[in-house]
Amino acid sequence: MAAVETLEQLKEILPEKLFEKSKEALKKSDLTEAQKKKAIMKIADLYVKSKFEAGEAFGVIAAQSLSEPSTQMTMRTYHMAGAMQIQVTLGLPRLVEIFDARRAPSTPAMIIYLKPSYNTREKAMEIAENITEVKLGNIATSSFVDLGNMQVEVVLDEKLMRKHKIKEGEMIEQLKVDFKNYVLHQRGNKVTIKPKEEATVKVLQKLRSKFLDSHVHGVKSIENVVINQKDEGWIINTLGSNLAKILELDGVDSPKTMTNNIHEVAKVLGIEAARASIVNEVLLTLKEQGLEDVDVRHVLLVADVMTAGGTIKAVGRYGIAGTKGSVLARANFEETMKHLTKASVYNEIDTLESIVENVMINQVVPAGTGMFDIVFKPPLKKKE
Amino acid sequence: MSMINKIEFKLLSPQMVKKLSVVEILKAELYDNDGFPMEGGVMDPRLGVIDPGLRCRTCNQTIGQCYGHFGNIELVRPIIHVLYAKLIHKILKSICGSCSRHIGTAKKCSYCGAEQKDVKFEKPYSYNEGEKIITPLQIRERFERIPNEDLPNFNFLGGRPEWLILTIFPIPPVITRPSITLETGERSEDDLTHKLVDIIRINHRLRENIEIGAPDFIIEDLWELLQYHTATYFDNELAGIPAARHRSGRPLKTLADRLRSKEGRFRQNLAGKRVNYSARTVISPDPYISINEVGVPLVIAKELTIPVAVTPNNIEEIKKVIQISPRWPSANYIVRPDGKRRKITDENKEEILKEVGIGYSIERHLQNGDVVLFNRQPSLHRMSIMAHGVRVTPWRTFTMNLAVTPPYNADFDGDEMNLHVLQTEEARAEAMMLMDASKHIRSPRFGGPIIGCEHDHVSGNYTLTMEGIEMNREDAFRILAEIGVEPDLPEKKTFTGKEVFSHILPKGLNMSFKVKSLKPGCEKCNAETCKHDSYVVIENGILKKGVIDKNAIGREAGKIIDRIQREFGDEAAHIFIDRVSLLGIKWFEKVGFTVGLDDIDVSDESKQKIKQELEHGNRTSNELIENYAKGNIEILPGRTMKESFEANMIKLLVKVTDNIGSIVSTGLGFNGAVIMARSGARGSITHMTQLIGCVGQERVLGERIHRGFRGRTLSHFLVGDLTPLAHGFVSNSFKSGLTPVEFFFDVLSGREGLMDKSLRTRHSGYLERRLMNALQDLKIEYDGTVRDNNKIIIQFVPGEDFIDPHKSDWGTIDVNSIIRSVK
Repeated sequence: MAAVETLEQLKEILPEKLFEKSKEALKKSDLTEAQKKKAIMKIADLYVKSKFEAGEAFGVIAAQSLSEPSTQMTMRTYHMAGAMQIQVTLGLPRLVEIFDARRAPSTPAMIIYLKPSYNTREKAMEIAENITEVKLGNIATSSFVDLGNMQVEVVLDEKLMRKHKIKEGEMIEQLKVDFKNYVLHQRGNKVTIKPKEEATVKVLQKLRSKFLDSHVHGVKSIENVVINQKDEGWIINTLGSNLAKILELDGVDSPKTMTNNIHEVAKVLGIEAARASIVNEVLLTLKEQGLEDVDVRHVLLVADVMTAGGTIKAVGRYGIAGTKGSVLARANFEETMKHLTKASVYNEIDTLESIVENVMINQVVPAGTGMFDIVFKPPLKKKE
Repeated sequence: MSMINKIEFKLLSPQMVKKLSVVEILKAELYDNDGFPMEGGVMDPRLGVIDPGLRCRTCNQTIGQCYGHFGNIELVRPIIHVLYAKLIHKILKSICGSCSRHIGTAKKCSYCGAEQKDVKFEKPYSYNEGEKIITPLQIRERFERIPNEDLPNFNFLGGRPEWLILTIFPIPPVITRPSITLETGERSEDDLTHKLVDIIRINHRLRENIEIGAPDFIIEDLWELLQYHTATYFDNELAGIPAARHRSGRPLKTLADRLRSKEGRFRQNLAGKRVNYSARTVISPDPYISINEVGVPLVIAKELTIPVAVTPNNIEEIKKVIQISPRWPSANYIVRPDGKRRKITDENKEEILKEVGIGYSIERHLQNGDVVLFNRQPSLHRMSIMAHGVRVTPWRTFTMNLAVTPPYNADFDGDEMNLHVLQTEEARAEAMMLMDASKHIRSPRFGGPIIGCEHDHVSGNYTLTMEGIEMNREDAFRILAEIGVEPDLPEKKTFTGKEVFSHILPKGLNMSFKVKSLKPGCEKCNAETCKHDSYVVIENGILKKGVIDKNAIGREAGKIIDRIQREFGDEAAHIFIDRVSLLGIKWFEKVGFTVGLDDIDVSDESKQKIKQELEHGNRTSNELIENYAKGNIEILPGRTMKESFEANMIKLLVKVTDNIGSIVSTGLGFNGAVIMARSGARGSITHMTQLIGCVGQERVLGERIHRGFRGRTLSHFLVGDLTPLAHGFVSNSFKSGLTPVEFFFDVLSGREGLMDKSLRTRHSGYLERRLMNALQDLKIEYDGTVRDNNKIIIQFVPGEDFIDPHKSDWGTIDVNSIIRSVK
């Protein structure tokens, strides 16, 4: 390799971020041209020396680097996030949750940022109120199963409705749409509902809880909302998450707004965003536990493996570890019998291309120094 | 050496079973009256040998050579193979009930037009079509009719579907189920043998009953029983049927149990193996050996060996080595060219000396300088197993340098560690180049040094490099000589601690950084002009300013170690660590260092202040309680009144403890305990506060303590008492002593800590296993991409910038220090 002496040459080999950093640093410094040349050479040299070597079992190192500090984490599940008030799962349980790629986190939460024109306490309060989900049960004073008429009766509280700015007419119309297969009547502040056919008491009781649980106002599944001040601006912390709906709202600064539900991110913003979200959530969890020194590259690798197929795959037995190509590797992990029986029926062939399989059959593992072999075999010297 | 290239999984056909079989097993008896294995029984001598001295009747080989031979039995009625039961159901559902063509989920067969009935599967091995049971016989018939060209539709490539219904049953060789002879002379059979006997017996009875034309229900019952026995033979943990039990009531360990779970063949014997040439014993510290050395007891060194081939170049030395036997360092065995091993003893050593020649090899004792692997479990990261050089010692334990304990997470309260001796030249070369402890000073987890000084090393260097430390020429000379530095002292009478310390720094080292032990109340850092000696300046390997503490040489933090490793290499860093740790100890040996009860004394004035602070806290908390009673509390958003009160209370009490902490830290003298806390050697100011000031709020589940009786924590308090005292605030210090109530609360939170710890280790252990299984195949290929074992690209550029964190500077390249260095 020719000696690297100019910035242009340096740009060729350095990754972008590092190049920008070096450029800045060089600009700021009061070095002479000759010194600069020397510095560039040294940077290039150090970068080349710091590069990964072929065969490095990066995956194993990443796994170790993430799980070794996890032994130091606390189990105490709940912790206040942001400026207190909203409790979210953190620590080891949260880490497990992320790697398991659970459908929904145990405590879904969002941080909503606001556009500058909406960035006042009043506007934030208004948005916060508008997005909090109100269910029929929240605005009812009482509800019961009317056995005489075989129907469910709900008594609405007008005060509460006014407080949540719910228009009665619209609400009833919406409910009629939602409960198409039922007969819905309104008389004063009483709403009654019953199935079209004859129903048993059990059915009515089920109907009652379903009816009370129906969505009437706000954004679905946003359970609790707290507004907080964060450097000059106002943010809204929510318990419960609905990214798609929140991003549509006026006044929401959508590029900054985020949720801790990774699957939702994948659905709304795509797999690349989900990958970034995994990285963020893991780093946040680690940082909260005071383990921020874990190198980001390890987290990146896990996130990349989880999202490489275009969908989010869990780390556990139904995800990456359970869908590997090698029968032996799968049988070694979990559900040994299942994998062996399936392999026999599907005539699977284990080509022994990775680590555990080769450990099992006492052969050199194809990683690191075991990855290469001599291609050219010199002829043996003839005996004299 | 021959290599296994692939392993193919397929089904065994009945014909194949027959072909593999050497004998048909017909008798349920194991031994005849004379105690010899019965011919035609499950222990038939043709199935292989398990007794030493006997020869196999089939292959005429002895135990160890004969791998055993299969037998077979013909089942009178076909039997479902339970492990495939689910799959059989799947196939049944997707083929036509009458013509057996693959029709998927269609309601009507498109080939023969027959209406399809839903096939229900009842765990573990019965199938119903509508109301009717489908017998294995019928299933087999249906499967036999499936044409070969339909098989790919089920992805059924490993054979014929009817093979899933057993007709010929293979009997495994005896060596897979050896019987053991008890002391009483009684034979105790393996669980599998018991199960096989059951199967044969029932099969026999079924045949007899069919032959005499017994009623259908009897035949069906026997058939069901045969099905049960074969099912439990394969898997004895099936849901829906009781496990087969031994006479004693213990569940039998059958085939599937041998393979699965942690103790199964896969995880116990295949993915991990027991090894020879290894040793394990207790570890002890030894500051006089280097970080990449390990002290090996002589008794172990005489037991562990390394093979050495005898060549024309070393034959004379080897003869000398054998001559020394049985003293160390000699050899234990000689290996003849044909592979036969012979132990070297006092009696035969002369004879062996005459015999040994080129082509022989010896297994010599472990000697100083040999490369071995040293490991402590749990092996959480790759630094849990590193290569060390051997130092043979007369002691009984492995000894190691204290600085190398952090990567192993070892201490000396009885920890044991393992040692593995490498047997080949390649392995030794790799270990030396890749695994040497000095090559793992920097952790790949965060790109900083993980090996560093501990405890006394840190406080020793701290006191040595403090301002005003002076010693005479003689002392300086001796200390340096003792740590292995050639003292090159200038002509003067007294030397400061900093000057002595500078001797172990490499020439050309330039750096500056903030120390850990900042003076309390020092807000703005004055950097180089710091008056409190709290900013380290090193110029050309000379410590000009600042005191050495954890930030400089401590583990996971040592800035000097970090810089030396980066600029001067692994070897320089390893020498520096060896010397700096020994320097701390040697300095303490000269000046002495101790901790006593009077170290945690504070002045009466401070005591008064602490008392005042506690009283103040009491008053304000009472006010808070009064306000709460009146409903006069600012409710935090999203919280109830009670929760808001609790939050305020905790905030208040934490503030009280904080204030006491600052009173304590300003009121402290300068003594051993303070030195340890300040320098980061051990303990912290928080600990000092708890010792001197007050212990503070005890918490359970992150809250004040609320559990206990109804409305109160203990019967010492009134119901509804909300005062700090009643909910776990400990106002006493550990020195003044806790009241019984306070002690109780302290133990409560202590117990929570213990539970948390034991739960955490399990959870994080499983997380590690899963992560490892998911990521283990990822490696960096020659083209620079990260790929999994299907060669699918996971990352185009590893870590997005190709920088290996193990070689990086805290995850990046320190451009600024390069620029500074060229100035």
